[in-house]
Amino acid sequence: MTGQERHVARSARVFLAPALLLIAVFFFLPVLAALLLSFTDFDIYALGDLDRLRFVGLRNYLDLLQSPLFWTALGNTFYFVVVGGPLSVAVSLGAALLVNAPLIRFPGFFRAAFFLPVVTTLVAVAVVWRYLYHPHYGLLNYGLGLFGIDPIDWLGDPVWAMPAIILMAVWKNFGFNMIIFIAGLQNIPPSLYEAARIDGASGWRQFRHITLPLLGPTFLFVALMTMIGYFQVFAEPYVMTQGGPANRTLSVVLLMYEEGFRWWNMGYASAAAFVLFVLILAGTTLQLQLRRREPP
Amino acid sequence: MNRLLHRILPALLVYGLLMLGTALALAPLLWMLAASLMPPGEATGYPPRFWPSTVTFEHYAALFTRLDLGRYLLNSTLLAGAVTAISLFVNSMAGYAFAKFRFRHRDRLFRILLAAMVIPAQVAMLPLFLLLKQFGLINTYWGVIIPGMANIFGIFLIRQYLLAIPDSLLDAARMDGAGEFRIYWALVLPLCRPILVTLAIFTFMGAWNDFMWPLIVLTDSSMYTLPVALANLLGEHVQDTELMMAGSVLTVLPVLLLFVALQKYYIAGIMLGGMKG
Repeated sequence: MTGQERHVARSARVFLAPALLLIAVFFFLPVLAALLLSFTDFDIYALGDLDRLRFVGLRNYLDLLQSPLFWTALGNTFYFVVVGGPLSVAVSLGAALLVNAPLIRFPGFFRAAFFLPVVTTLVAVAVVWRYLYHPHYGLLNYGLGLFGIDPIDWLGDPVWAMPAIILMAVWKNFGFNMIIFIAGLQNIPPSLYEAARIDGASGWRQFRHITLPLLGPTFLFVALMTMIGYFQVFAEPYVMTQGGPANRTLSVVLLMYEEGFRWWNMGYASAAAFVLFVLILAGTTLQLQLRRREPP
Repeated sequence: MNRLLHRILPALLVYGLLMLGTALALAPLLWMLAASLMPPGEATGYPPRFWPSTVTFEHYAALFTRLDLGRYLLNSTLLAGAVTAISLFVNSMAGYAFAKFRFRHRDRLFRILLAAMVIPAQVAMLPLFLLLKQFGLINTYWGVIIPGMANIFGIFLIRQYLLAIPDSLLDAARMDGAGEFRIYWALVLPLCRPILVTLAIFTFMGAWNDFMWPLIVLTDSSMYTLPVALANLLGEHVQDTELMMAGSVLTVLPVLLLFVALQKYYIAGIMLGGMKG
Protein backbone atom coordinates (compact mmCIF):
# COMPACT_ATOMS: atom_id res chain seq x y z
CA MET A 1 0.00 0.00 0.00
CA THR A 2 1.38 3.40 -0.89
CA GLY A 3 1.31 6.28 1.54
CA GLN A 4 -1.43 7.90 -0.50
CA GLU A 5 -3.63 4.77 -0.30
CA ARG A 6 -3.04 4.47 3.43
CA HIS A 7 -4.06 8.07 3.86
CA VAL A 8 -7.25 7.52 1.86
CA ALA A 9 -8.14 4.38 3.83
CA ARG A 10 -7.61 6.20 7.12
CA SER A 11 -9.78 9.14 6.05
CA ALA A 12 -12.50 6.79 4.85
CA ARG A 13 -12.50 5.02 8.22
CA VAL A 14 -12.86 8.32 10.05
CA PHE A 15 -15.79 9.42 7.89
CA LEU A 16 -17.50 6.03 8.08
CA ALA A 17 -16.92 5.32 11.75
CA PRO A 18 -19.83 7.28 13.31
CA ALA A 19 -22.49 5.92 10.96
CA LEU A 20 -21.24 2.33 10.91
CA LEU A 21 -20.77 2.26 14.66
CA LEU A 22 -24.29 3.58 15.26
CA ILE A 23 -25.84 1.19 12.77
CA ALA A 24 -23.87 -1.76 14.16
CA VAL A 25 -24.68 -1.06 17.81
CA PHE A 26 -28.26 0.16 17.46
CA PHE A 27 -29.46 -1.95 14.54
CA PHE A 28 -27.37 -5.01 13.61
CA LEU A 29 -26.60 -5.93 17.19
CA PRO A 30 -30.27 -5.71 18.28
CA VAL A 31 -31.36 -7.76 15.25
CA LEU A 32 -28.91 -10.52 16.22
CA ALA A 33 -29.96 -10.18 19.85
CA ALA A 34 -33.60 -10.54 18.78
CA LEU A 35 -32.76 -13.86 17.16
CA LEU A 36 -31.10 -15.06 20.38
CA LEU A 37 -33.93 -13.62 22.47
CA SER A 38 -36.44 -15.60 20.43
CA PHE A 39 -34.81 -18.82 21.70
CA THR A 40 -35.22 -17.79 25.36
CA ASP A 41 -38.15 -17.47 27.76
CA PHE A 42 -37.32 -13.78 28.43
CA ASP A 43 -40.32 -12.43 30.40
CA ILE A 44 -41.10 -9.88 33.11
CA TYR A 45 -39.10 -11.86 35.69
CA ALA A 46 -36.03 -11.91 33.47
CA LEU A 47 -36.46 -8.17 32.98
CA GLY A 48 -35.83 -7.74 36.72
CA ASP A 49 -33.27 -10.51 37.16
CA LEU A 50 -31.34 -11.87 34.18
CA ASP A 51 -30.52 -15.09 36.10
CA ARG A 52 -34.07 -16.16 35.44
CA LEU A 53 -33.43 -16.27 31.72
CA ARG A 54 -33.51 -19.76 30.23
CA PHE A 55 -32.72 -21.08 26.79
CA VAL A 56 -35.81 -22.84 25.45
CA GLY A 57 -34.81 -23.70 21.90
CA LEU A 58 -37.66 -23.46 19.43
CA ARG A 59 -40.42 -23.41 22.04
CA ASN A 60 -41.51 -19.82 21.31
CA TYR A 61 -41.88 -20.64 17.63
CA LEU A 62 -43.83 -23.81 18.42
CA ASP A 63 -46.04 -21.85 20.83
CA LEU A 64 -46.67 -19.26 18.13
CA LEU A 65 -47.69 -21.92 15.63
CA GLN A 66 -50.10 -23.37 18.17
CA SER A 67 -51.57 -20.00 19.15
CA PRO A 68 -54.88 -19.24 17.41
CA LEU A 69 -54.31 -15.55 18.15
CA PHE A 70 -51.03 -15.57 16.21
CA TRP A 71 -52.69 -17.23 13.24
CA THR A 72 -55.43 -14.62 13.39
CA ALA A 73 -52.82 -11.85 13.41
CA LEU A 74 -50.98 -13.51 10.54
CA GLY A 75 -54.20 -13.87 8.55
CA ASN A 76 -55.14 -10.24 9.17
CA THR A 77 -51.68 -9.05 8.15
CA PHE A 78 -51.87 -11.09 4.93
CA TYR A 79 -55.33 -9.66 4.26
CA PHE A 80 -53.92 -6.16 4.66
CA VAL A 81 -50.88 -6.89 2.45
CA VAL A 82 -52.62 -8.90 -0.27
CA VAL A 83 -55.69 -6.67 -0.65
CA GLY A 84 -54.30 -3.31 0.46
CA GLY A 85 -50.94 -3.54 -1.33
CA PRO A 86 -52.19 -4.15 -4.88
CA LEU A 87 -55.09 -1.74 -4.35
CA SER A 88 -52.67 0.96 -3.24
CA VAL A 89 -50.35 0.33 -6.22
CA ALA A 90 -53.31 0.36 -8.63
CA VAL A 91 -54.66 3.64 -7.26
CA SER A 92 -51.16 5.13 -7.39
CA LEU A 93 -50.74 4.12 -11.04
CA GLY A 94 -54.21 5.43 -11.92
CA ALA A 95 -53.48 8.75 -10.26
CA ALA A 96 -50.09 8.98 -11.98
CA LEU A 97 -51.66 8.33 -15.39
CA LEU A 98 -54.31 11.01 -14.76
CA VAL A 99 -51.87 13.64 -13.52
CA ASN A 100 -49.46 12.83 -16.33
CA ALA A 101 -52.13 12.83 -19.06
CA PRO A 102 -51.24 15.09 -22.00
CA LEU A 103 -52.94 18.50 -22.20
CA ILE A 104 -53.84 18.53 -18.51
CA ARG A 105 -53.48 21.99 -17.07
CA PHE A 106 -52.20 22.59 -13.53
CA PRO A 107 -50.69 19.10 -13.12
CA GLY A 108 -48.70 20.51 -10.21
CA PHE A 109 -51.88 21.35 -8.31
CA PHE A 110 -53.40 17.89 -8.71
CA ARG A 111 -50.10 16.23 -7.88
CA ALA A 112 -49.77 18.25 -4.67
CA ALA A 113 -53.40 17.59 -3.70
CA PHE A 114 -52.97 13.84 -4.15
CA PHE A 115 -49.71 13.97 -2.26
CA LEU A 116 -50.91 15.91 0.75
CA PRO A 117 -52.18 12.88 2.73
CA VAL A 118 -48.69 11.31 2.48
CA VAL A 119 -47.02 14.01 4.54
CA THR A 120 -49.65 14.03 7.27
CA THR A 121 -49.05 12.31 10.60
CA LEU A 122 -50.50 8.80 10.53
CA VAL A 123 -51.77 8.96 14.10
CA ALA A 124 -53.57 12.27 13.51
CA VAL A 125 -55.31 11.17 10.32
CA ALA A 126 -56.20 7.82 11.88
CA VAL A 127 -57.96 9.84 14.59
CA VAL A 128 -59.75 11.86 11.90
CA TRP A 129 -60.84 8.71 10.04
CA ARG A 130 -62.21 7.20 13.23
CA TYR A 131 -64.76 9.99 13.17
CA LEU A 132 -65.35 9.80 9.42
CA TYR A 133 -66.17 6.11 9.92
CA HIS A 134 -68.63 6.74 12.75
CA PRO A 135 -71.80 4.71 12.02
CA HIS A 136 -74.25 7.52 12.94
CA TYR A 137 -72.73 10.90 12.23
CA GLY A 138 -69.70 9.90 10.13
CA LEU A 139 -69.19 11.65 6.83
CA LEU A 140 -68.65 8.41 4.91
CA ASN A 141 -71.97 6.82 5.81
CA TYR A 142 -73.69 10.13 5.09
CA GLY A 143 -72.10 10.20 1.63
CA LEU A 144 -73.09 6.58 0.96
CA GLY A 145 -76.60 7.36 2.23
CA LEU A 146 -76.99 9.86 -0.60
CA PHE A 147 -76.70 6.88 -2.95
CA GLY A 148 -79.22 4.91 -0.92
CA ILE A 149 -76.63 2.71 0.83
CA ASP A 150 -77.49 1.70 4.41
CA PRO A 151 -75.14 2.80 7.21
CA ILE A 152 -72.18 0.50 7.83
CA ASP A 153 -70.56 0.13 11.25
CA TRP A 154 -67.13 0.41 9.64
CA LEU A 155 -64.86 -0.09 12.64
CA GLY A 156 -67.32 -2.04 14.80
CA ASP A 157 -68.27 -4.75 12.33
CA PRO A 158 -65.79 -7.67 12.14
CA VAL A 159 -66.34 -7.93 8.39
CA TRP A 160 -65.85 -4.23 7.60
CA ALA A 161 -63.09 -3.27 10.05
CA MET A 162 -60.18 -4.47 7.91
CA PRO A 163 -61.54 -3.02 4.66
CA ALA A 164 -61.97 0.28 6.54
CA ILE A 165 -58.36 0.22 7.68
CA ILE A 166 -57.19 -0.65 4.16
CA LEU A 167 -59.21 2.20 2.67
CA MET A 168 -57.69 4.66 5.10
CA ALA A 169 -54.16 3.31 4.45
CA VAL A 170 -54.60 3.59 0.68
CA TRP A 171 -55.87 7.16 1.04
CA LYS A 172 -52.88 7.98 3.23
CA ASN A 173 -50.11 6.65 1.03
CA PHE A 174 -51.11 6.28 -2.63
CA GLY A 175 -49.55 9.68 -3.35
CA PHE A 176 -46.06 8.44 -2.56
CA ASN A 177 -46.04 5.70 -5.18
CA MET A 178 -47.85 8.05 -7.56
CA ILE A 179 -44.77 10.31 -7.61
CA ILE A 180 -42.49 7.35 -8.38
CA PHE A 181 -44.83 6.24 -11.19
CA ILE A 182 -44.90 9.77 -12.62
CA ALA A 183 -41.10 9.74 -12.73
CA GLY A 184 -41.25 6.35 -14.48
CA LEU A 185 -43.85 7.57 -17.00
CA GLN A 186 -41.81 10.64 -17.85
CA ASN A 187 -38.85 8.41 -18.68
CA ILE A 188 -40.77 6.70 -21.48
CA PRO A 189 -39.77 8.32 -24.80
CA PRO A 190 -42.79 10.10 -26.39
CA SER A 191 -41.63 8.87 -29.81
CA LEU A 192 -42.83 5.36 -28.91
CA TYR A 193 -46.39 6.62 -28.46
CA GLU A 194 -46.19 8.61 -31.69
CA ALA A 195 -45.11 5.52 -33.60
CA ALA A 196 -47.93 3.51 -32.03
CA ARG A 197 -50.48 6.19 -32.97
CA ILE A 198 -49.28 6.16 -36.55
CA ASP A 199 -49.77 2.39 -36.53
CA GLY A 200 -53.30 3.02 -35.29
CA ALA A 201 -52.91 1.46 -31.83
CA SER A 202 -55.72 2.34 -29.42
CA GLY A 203 -55.14 4.01 -26.06
CA TRP A 204 -55.59 0.74 -24.24
CA ARG A 205 -53.14 -1.09 -26.53
CA GLN A 206 -50.58 1.68 -26.04
CA PHE A 207 -50.98 1.33 -22.30
CA ARG A 208 -50.74 -2.47 -22.44
CA HIS A 209 -47.80 -2.73 -24.83
CA ILE A 210 -45.77 0.42 -24.16
CA THR A 211 -46.57 1.91 -20.77
CA LEU A 212 -46.80 -1.24 -18.66
CA PRO A 213 -43.68 -3.04 -20.00
CA LEU A 214 -41.54 0.08 -19.80
CA LEU A 215 -42.76 0.76 -16.27
CA GLY A 216 -41.52 -2.72 -15.28
CA PRO A 217 -38.58 -1.74 -13.04
CA THR A 218 -40.60 1.06 -11.43
CA PHE A 219 -43.43 -1.37 -10.85
CA LEU A 220 -41.16 -3.87 -9.13
CA PHE A 221 -39.66 -1.20 -6.89
CA VAL A 222 -43.07 0.16 -5.92
CA ALA A 223 -44.53 -3.31 -5.33
CA LEU A 224 -41.60 -4.33 -3.13
CA MET A 225 -41.59 -1.15 -1.04
CA THR A 226 -45.36 -1.26 -0.60
CA MET A 227 -45.33 -4.90 0.43
CA ILE A 228 -42.54 -4.39 2.96
CA GLY A 229 -44.30 -1.36 4.42
CA TYR A 230 -47.73 -3.00 4.54
CA PHE A 231 -46.40 -6.06 6.38
CA GLN A 232 -45.44 -3.68 9.21
CA VAL A 233 -48.93 -2.22 9.76
CA PHE A 234 -49.26 -1.02 13.35
CA ALA A 235 -50.46 2.53 14.03
CA GLU A 236 -53.70 2.26 12.02
CA PRO A 237 -55.17 -0.60 14.08
CA TYR A 238 -53.56 0.73 17.28
CA VAL A 239 -55.36 4.06 16.99
CA MET A 240 -58.55 3.07 15.17
CA THR A 241 -59.55 -0.33 16.53
CA GLN A 242 -56.94 -1.55 19.07
CA GLY A 243 -56.96 -4.75 17.03
CA GLY A 244 -60.70 -5.28 17.39
CA PRO A 245 -63.51 -6.05 16.82
CA ALA A 246 -62.97 -9.71 17.78
CA ASN A 247 -59.25 -9.36 16.89
CA ARG A 248 -60.14 -8.90 13.24
CA THR A 249 -57.62 -6.06 12.79
CA LEU A 250 -54.90 -7.41 15.09
CA SER A 251 -51.67 -7.30 13.03
CA VAL A 252 -48.44 -9.20 13.69
CA VAL A 253 -46.64 -6.01 14.77
CA LEU A 254 -49.52 -5.04 17.06
CA LEU A 255 -49.38 -8.54 18.58
CA MET A 256 -45.61 -8.19 18.98
CA TYR A 257 -46.08 -4.82 20.67
CA GLU A 258 -48.72 -6.14 23.05
CA GLU A 259 -46.79 -9.29 23.94
CA GLY A 260 -43.42 -7.58 24.18
CA PHE A 261 -44.12 -4.18 25.67
CA ARG A 262 -47.37 -4.69 27.53
CA TRP A 263 -46.88 -8.21 28.94
CA TRP A 264 -43.06 -8.25 28.64
CA ASN A 265 -43.01 -11.66 26.99
CA MET A 266 -39.98 -10.52 25.06
CA GLY A 267 -38.78 -13.95 23.98
CA TYR A 268 -42.16 -14.81 22.52
CA ALA A 269 -42.55 -11.35 20.92
CA SER A 270 -39.08 -11.63 19.34
CA ALA A 271 -40.10 -14.91 17.76
CA ALA A 272 -43.18 -13.19 16.31
CA ALA A 273 -40.98 -10.38 14.96
CA PHE A 274 -38.68 -12.91 13.32
CA VAL A 275 -41.55 -14.74 11.69
CA LEU A 276 -42.60 -11.39 10.21
CA PHE A 277 -39.05 -10.79 8.98
CA VAL A 278 -38.91 -14.22 7.31
CA LEU A 279 -42.28 -13.53 5.64
CA ILE A 280 -41.05 -10.19 4.31
CA LEU A 281 -37.89 -11.85 3.04
CA ALA A 282 -39.91 -14.61 1.38
CA GLY A 283 -42.27 -12.07 -0.19
CA THR A 284 -39.34 -10.06 -1.51
CA THR A 285 -37.64 -13.14 -2.97
CA LEU A 286 -40.90 -14.33 -4.52
CA GLN A 287 -41.52 -10.99 -6.25
CA LEU A 288 -37.96 -10.85 -7.57
CA GLN A 289 -38.29 -14.42 -8.88
CA LEU A 290 -41.65 -13.77 -10.56
CA ARG A 291 -40.20 -10.69 -12.16
CA ARG A 292 -37.20 -12.59 -13.48
CA ARG A 293 -39.33 -15.34 -14.99
CA GLU A 294 -41.55 -12.90 -16.88
CA PRO A 295 -40.60 -12.45 -20.54
CA PRO A 296 -39.02 -9.04 -21.04
CA MET B 1 -68.98 14.95 -33.75
CA ASN B 2 -65.73 13.09 -34.32
CA ARG B 3 -63.81 15.85 -32.57
CA LEU B 4 -66.20 15.64 -29.62
CA LEU B 5 -65.64 11.92 -29.28
CA HIS B 6 -61.89 11.97 -29.59
CA ARG B 7 -60.78 15.15 -27.89
CA ILE B 8 -63.36 16.68 -25.62
CA LEU B 9 -64.93 13.61 -24.06
CA PRO B 10 -61.66 12.02 -22.88
CA ALA B 11 -60.51 15.41 -21.56
CA LEU B 12 -63.78 15.81 -19.64
CA LEU B 13 -63.40 12.31 -18.23
CA VAL B 14 -59.81 12.93 -17.12
CA TYR B 15 -60.69 16.27 -15.52
CA GLY B 16 -63.73 14.73 -13.84
CA LEU B 17 -61.64 11.95 -12.33
CA LEU B 18 -58.95 14.42 -11.26
CA MET B 19 -61.54 16.61 -9.53
CA LEU B 20 -63.12 13.61 -7.83
CA GLY B 21 -59.71 12.37 -6.70
CA THR B 22 -58.78 15.80 -5.38
CA ALA B 23 -62.04 16.00 -3.44
CA LEU B 24 -61.51 12.56 -1.93
CA ALA B 25 -57.87 13.26 -1.06
CA LEU B 26 -58.61 16.60 0.59
CA ALA B 27 -62.04 15.99 2.17
CA PRO B 28 -60.77 14.32 5.37
CA LEU B 29 -58.23 17.09 5.90
CA LEU B 30 -60.72 19.89 5.21
CA TRP B 31 -63.32 18.29 7.47
CA MET B 32 -60.70 17.99 10.22
CA LEU B 33 -59.99 21.71 9.93
CA ALA B 34 -63.67 22.68 9.80
CA ALA B 35 -64.64 20.45 12.74
CA SER B 36 -61.80 21.86 14.85
CA LEU B 37 -63.44 25.30 14.58
CA MET B 38 -67.00 24.19 15.44
CA PRO B 39 -68.72 24.80 18.78
CA PRO B 40 -68.82 21.68 21.01
CA GLY B 41 -71.19 19.02 19.72
CA GLU B 42 -71.66 20.46 16.26
CA ALA B 43 -69.35 17.95 14.53
CA THR B 44 -71.50 15.11 15.81
CA GLY B 45 -74.81 16.49 14.53
CA TYR B 46 -76.86 14.93 11.77
CA PRO B 47 -76.73 15.58 8.89
CA PRO B 48 -72.96 16.24 9.14
CA ARG B 49 -71.82 19.85 8.78
CA PHE B 50 -68.98 20.86 6.50
CA TRP B 51 -68.74 24.37 7.85
CA PRO B 52 -68.86 25.70 11.43
CA SER B 53 -72.00 27.75 12.21
CA THR B 54 -69.78 30.08 14.21
CA VAL B 55 -66.01 29.86 14.17
CA THR B 56 -64.55 29.24 17.62
CA PHE B 57 -60.96 28.78 18.72
CA GLU B 58 -61.93 27.45 22.15
CA HIS B 59 -60.64 23.93 21.43
CA TYR B 60 -57.23 25.24 20.47
CA ALA B 61 -57.23 27.36 23.61
CA ALA B 62 -58.22 24.32 25.71
CA LEU B 63 -55.42 22.27 24.19
CA PHE B 64 -52.81 24.81 25.18
CA THR B 65 -54.20 25.79 28.59
CA ARG B 66 -55.71 22.60 30.00
CA LEU B 67 -54.03 19.84 28.07
CA ASP B 68 -50.44 21.02 27.85
CA LEU B 69 -50.20 20.65 24.09
CA GLY B 70 -47.51 23.34 23.93
CA ARG B 71 -45.25 20.98 25.82
CA TYR B 72 -45.75 18.18 23.27
CA LEU B 73 -45.27 20.61 20.40
CA LEU B 74 -41.95 21.58 21.95
CA ASN B 75 -40.96 17.93 22.53
CA SER B 76 -41.76 16.99 18.94
CA THR B 77 -39.90 20.00 17.55
CA LEU B 78 -36.83 19.38 19.69
CA LEU B 79 -36.69 15.66 18.98
CA ALA B 80 -37.30 15.92 15.24
CA GLY B 81 -34.82 18.82 15.03
CA ALA B 82 -32.11 16.92 16.92
CA VAL B 83 -32.56 13.73 14.90
CA THR B 84 -32.40 15.76 11.68
CA ALA B 85 -29.26 17.73 12.59
CA ILE B 86 -27.31 14.75 13.92
CA SER B 87 -28.31 12.29 11.21
CA LEU B 88 -27.52 14.76 8.40
CA PHE B 89 -24.01 15.10 9.75
CA VAL B 90 -23.46 11.36 10.29
CA ASN B 91 -25.10 10.22 7.04
CA SER B 92 -23.37 12.80 4.86
CA MET B 93 -19.94 11.77 6.15
CA ALA B 94 -20.65 8.10 5.46
CA GLY B 95 -22.25 8.80 2.07
CA TYR B 96 -19.23 10.89 1.12
CA ALA B 97 -16.84 8.09 2.11
CA PHE B 98 -18.80 5.51 0.09
CA ALA B 99 -18.91 7.77 -2.97
CA LYS B 100 -15.43 9.26 -3.04
CA PHE B 101 -12.94 7.03 -1.22
CA ARG B 102 -11.51 3.74 -2.43
CA PHE B 103 -10.97 1.26 0.35
CA ARG B 104 -11.08 -2.49 0.78
CA HIS B 105 -14.53 -4.14 0.89
CA ARG B 106 -16.22 -0.82 0.13
CA ASP B 107 -18.72 -2.17 -2.37
CA ARG B 108 -19.43 -5.29 -0.36
CA LEU B 109 -20.02 -3.21 2.77
CA PHE B 110 -22.38 -0.93 0.88
CA ARG B 111 -24.32 -3.89 -0.52
CA ILE B 112 -24.71 -5.36 2.97
CA LEU B 113 -26.14 -2.05 4.19
CA LEU B 114 -28.59 -1.89 1.27
CA ALA B 115 -29.69 -5.49 1.80
CA ALA B 116 -30.29 -4.73 5.49
CA MET B 117 -33.04 -2.32 4.45
CA VAL B 118 -35.43 -5.29 4.12
CA ILE B 119 -35.10 -5.98 7.85
CA PRO B 120 -38.15 -4.41 9.49
CA ALA B 121 -37.19 -1.95 12.24
CA GLN B 122 -39.57 -3.73 14.61
CA VAL B 123 -37.26 -6.75 14.76
CA ALA B 124 -34.63 -4.63 16.50
CA MET B 125 -37.03 -2.89 18.88
CA LEU B 126 -37.20 -5.41 21.72
CA PRO B 127 -33.42 -5.80 22.23
CA LEU B 128 -32.94 -2.09 21.54
CA PHE B 129 -35.29 -1.36 24.41
CA LEU B 130 -33.27 -3.65 26.72
CA LEU B 131 -30.00 -2.08 25.51
CA LEU B 132 -31.21 1.46 26.17
CA LYS B 133 -32.57 0.33 29.52
CA GLN B 134 -29.06 -0.81 30.45
CA PHE B 135 -27.78 2.66 29.61
CA GLY B 136 -30.61 4.28 31.58
CA LEU B 137 -31.97 5.91 28.43
CA ILE B 138 -35.58 4.74 28.63
CA ASN B 139 -37.94 7.70 29.08
CA THR B 140 -35.29 10.17 27.90
CA TYR B 141 -35.04 12.26 24.74
CA TRP B 142 -31.80 10.45 23.85
CA GLY B 143 -33.67 7.16 23.87
CA VAL B 144 -35.80 8.50 21.01
CA ILE B 145 -32.94 10.22 19.17
CA ILE B 146 -30.24 7.52 19.23
CA PRO B 147 -31.81 4.95 16.86
CA GLY B 148 -32.43 7.74 14.32
CA MET B 149 -28.90 9.16 14.34
CA ALA B 150 -27.71 7.05 11.39
CA ASN B 151 -29.89 5.92 8.55
CA ILE B 152 -29.05 3.62 5.65
CA PHE B 153 -31.43 5.33 3.23
CA GLY B 154 -29.84 8.69 4.06
CA ILE B 155 -26.34 7.34 3.40
CA PHE B 156 -27.62 5.92 0.11
CA LEU B 157 -29.16 9.21 -1.04
CA ILE B 158 -25.99 11.21 -0.30
CA ARG B 159 -23.80 8.63 -2.02
CA GLN B 160 -25.96 8.62 -5.17
CA TYR B 161 -25.81 12.38 -5.33
CA LEU B 162 -22.05 12.61 -4.80
CA LEU B 163 -21.25 9.96 -7.42
CA ALA B 164 -22.21 12.53 -10.05
CA ILE B 165 -19.71 15.08 -8.77
CA PRO B 166 -16.27 14.90 -10.45
CA ASP B 167 -13.28 13.82 -8.35
CA SER B 168 -11.16 16.54 -9.94
CA LEU B 169 -12.82 19.15 -7.70
CA LEU B 170 -11.73 17.28 -4.59
CA ASP B 171 -8.27 16.53 -5.97
CA ALA B 172 -7.74 20.21 -6.69
CA ALA B 173 -8.55 21.03 -3.09
CA ARG B 174 -6.13 18.32 -1.91
CA MET B 175 -3.38 19.81 -4.11
CA ASP B 176 -3.98 23.09 -2.36
CA GLY B 177 -3.20 21.28 0.89
CA ALA B 178 -6.69 21.29 2.40
CA GLY B 179 -7.22 18.69 5.15
CA GLU B 180 -9.78 15.92 4.61
CA PHE B 181 -12.27 17.24 7.13
CA ARG B 182 -11.94 20.73 5.72
CA ILE B 183 -12.66 19.39 2.21
CA TYR B 184 -15.76 17.64 3.53
CA TRP B 185 -16.98 20.64 5.50
CA ALA B 186 -16.15 23.51 3.14
CA LEU B 187 -16.46 21.82 -0.25
CA VAL B 188 -18.52 18.62 -0.15
CA LEU B 189 -21.30 19.82 2.13
CA PRO B 190 -22.04 22.99 0.13
CA LEU B 191 -22.02 20.91 -3.08
CA CYS B 192 -24.57 18.59 -1.49
CA ARG B 193 -26.91 21.34 -0.41
CA PRO B 194 -29.93 20.32 -2.55
CA ILE B 195 -29.82 16.70 -1.43
CA LEU B 196 -29.16 17.77 2.16
CA VAL B 197 -32.31 19.89 2.12
CA THR B 198 -34.25 16.94 0.70
CA LEU B 199 -32.87 14.56 3.29
CA ALA B 200 -33.52 17.08 6.06
CA ILE B 201 -37.21 17.26 5.11
CA PHE B 202 -37.49 13.48 4.90
CA THR B 203 -35.81 13.00 8.25
CA PHE B 204 -37.67 15.76 10.04
CA MET B 205 -41.05 14.53 8.79
CA GLY B 206 -40.18 10.92 9.54
CA ALA B 207 -39.17 11.77 13.09
CA TRP B 208 -42.16 14.07 13.59
CA ASN B 209 -44.63 11.46 12.35
CA ASP B 210 -42.96 8.50 14.07
CA PHE B 211 -45.21 6.75 16.52
CA MET B 212 -44.19 3.28 17.59
CA TRP B 213 -40.71 3.94 18.96
CA PRO B 214 -41.58 7.10 20.97
CA LEU B 215 -44.63 5.22 22.27
CA ILE B 216 -42.32 2.49 23.56
CA VAL B 217 -39.49 4.64 24.93
CA LEU B 218 -41.37 7.56 26.48
CA THR B 219 -43.28 6.50 29.57
CA ASP B 220 -43.70 9.82 31.37
CA SER B 221 -46.47 11.90 29.80
CA SER B 222 -44.46 15.13 30.04
CA MET B 223 -41.97 13.59 27.58
CA TYR B 224 -44.56 12.61 24.94
CA THR B 225 -44.32 13.65 21.32
CA LEU B 226 -47.45 14.99 19.59
CA PRO B 227 -48.56 11.70 17.97
CA VAL B 228 -48.14 9.79 21.25
CA ALA B 229 -49.94 12.53 23.18
CA LEU B 230 -52.73 12.58 20.60
CA ALA B 231 -53.26 8.81 20.77
CA ASN B 232 -53.29 9.11 24.55
CA LEU B 233 -55.72 12.04 24.46
CA LEU B 234 -58.10 9.94 22.38
CA GLY B 235 -58.52 7.62 25.37
CA GLU B 236 -59.98 10.34 27.57
CA HIS B 237 -61.58 12.68 25.05
CA VAL B 238 -62.97 10.38 22.40
CA GLN B 239 -66.38 12.10 22.79
CA ASP B 240 -64.94 15.58 22.26
CA THR B 241 -64.77 15.38 18.49
CA GLU B 242 -63.99 19.07 17.94
CA LEU B 243 -61.20 19.00 20.52
CA MET B 244 -59.64 15.89 18.95
CA MET B 245 -59.80 17.54 15.53
CA ALA B 246 -58.03 20.62 16.86
CA GLY B 247 -55.32 18.35 18.27
CA SER B 248 -55.02 16.58 14.92
CA VAL B 249 -54.72 19.90 13.08
CA LEU B 250 -51.90 20.98 15.37
CA THR B 251 -50.09 17.69 14.88
CA VAL B 252 -50.39 17.74 11.11
CA LEU B 253 -50.00 21.44 10.39
CA PRO B 254 -46.24 21.88 10.96
CA VAL B 255 -45.31 19.06 8.56
CA LEU B 256 -47.91 20.15 6.00
CA LEU B 257 -46.52 23.69 6.00
CA LEU B 258 -42.99 22.34 5.71
CA PHE B 259 -44.05 20.26 2.73
CA VAL B 260 -45.85 23.10 0.99
CA ALA B 261 -42.83 25.38 1.47
CA LEU B 262 -40.24 22.84 0.30
CA GLN B 263 -42.31 20.68 -2.04
CA LYS B 264 -39.78 20.83 -4.87
CA TYR B 265 -36.99 19.27 -2.80
CA TYR B 266 -39.26 16.64 -1.31
CA ILE B 267 -40.58 15.39 -4.64
CA ALA B 268 -37.09 15.42 -6.17
CA GLY B 269 -35.88 13.25 -3.29
CA ILE B 270 -38.56 10.60 -3.83
CA MET B 271 -37.74 10.49 -7.51
CA LEU B 272 -34.01 10.10 -6.83
CA GLY B 273 -34.64 7.39 -4.24
CA GLY B 274 -37.18 5.66 -6.45
CA MET B 275 -35.30 5.74 -9.74
CA LYS B 276 -31.94 4.58 -8.51
CA GLY B 277 -33.27 2.14 -5.95
